[in-house]
Amino acid sequence: MILDSLLSVLEKNALIAAFAFVGFLVWFSYELSARLTRGHIHGSAIAIALGLILAYVGGRVSGGSQGLADFSLLSGIGVMGGAMFRDFAIVATAFGAELEALKRAGAVGAASVVIGVVLSFTVGALVAVAFGYTDPVVISTIGAGAATYIVGPVTGTALGADSGIIALSVAAGLTKSVLVMIGTPFVAQRIGLNNPHAALIYGGLMGTTSGVAGGLAATDPKLVPYGAMTATFYTGVGCLLAPSVLFLAVRAIS
Amino acid sequence: MVIYGVALLSFCMLVGVFVGDILGNLIGVQANVGGVGIAMLLLIVLSNLSHHKFSFGSATENGIHFWSAMYIPIVVAMAAKQNVIAAVSSGWMAIIAGVAAVAVSFALLPLLDRVRIGESDDS
Repeated sequence: MILDSLLSVLEKNALIAAFAFVGFLVWFSYELSARLTRGHIHGSAIAIALGLILAYVGGRVSGGSQGLADFSLLSGIGVMGGAMFRDFAIVATAFGAELEALKRAGAVGAASVVIGVVLSFTVGALVAVAFGYTDPVVISTIGAGAATYIVGPVTGTALGADSGIIALSVAAGLTKSVLVMIGTPFVAQRIGLNNPHAALIYGGLMGTTSGVAGGLAATDPKLVPYGAMTATFYTGVGCLLAPSVLFLAVRAIS
Repeated sequence: MVIYGVALLSFCMLVGVFVGDILGNLIGVQANVGGVGIAMLLLIVLSNLSHHKFSFGSATENGIHFWSAMYIPIVVAMAAKQNVIAAVSSGWMAIIAGVAAVAVSFALLPLLDRVRIGESDDS
């Protein structure tokens, strides 16, 4: 009886249950980050990776296409991780980014954001083509995913790509984010990433906010604000360019 | 008031998505084009304007900061509802796309770093 009412409470308050569940997942991930990697792999990257793993397990067990959200107890995950809340939170991250600071970063800092988006998109799109995809929507979604794991789903949703392709784009973006976090300290000296000017350009080129924040923190914490600042603009520029200009370019070529 | 911040954020998002929808119709892609990006630019402009012309109360700012801080948890939830089975079954492509994007970006950094517009190069 106690179990029955617990289950019914969780089902009736699905979104609240999702907040509690994700909160626990994030806490667990940050513990793993601190204890097992001594903070080298950012907690947020571990949390997202665990989310993807759980979505895999969820899909295996339930046979559905919504990951964990296919379980009625966790259906709130579908609402919390849906497009409405996601876009709302992304827009909120732009708050506090300073136009003045971006102007001070100079034309190179601003250009690096656009170059970074176009470059990653192009590389991702080429890989998609190399794997035999011909649908411009699919190629663009994967290219966008190679930008960041946000630009991918936003582009995919806008263009009407199916969930499997969107998941691929998230996986590409996640690979990038994790690799930037882990790889940055190792290549920093070789690529001259040891001053604010380079950090600004680095943030613009990489764009993955968690990757840049984690990678710079592991390299030199003093550089974090510079990289993070240009990176803040990356997702916005990516969401602007990928489903529009870049998609049209792909469609024109293919 | 916290709700002012949340409402401002909502306003920016609705305007951005609305403009994005119209843009999509104009371009003829029947999709939302850059709505989120437009909303972000709008919020940046409004929040920068506020430094000069008027200032948000701290409670108002908290209404926006809360949702900004919820970004990672929401992305975690988003990851947990993805169709990962479909992604994994198509193999290495996602990983290769991610790795290649990072490698090319790292390689380009030293080249762009050399471009210092309006700065004297004393080396």
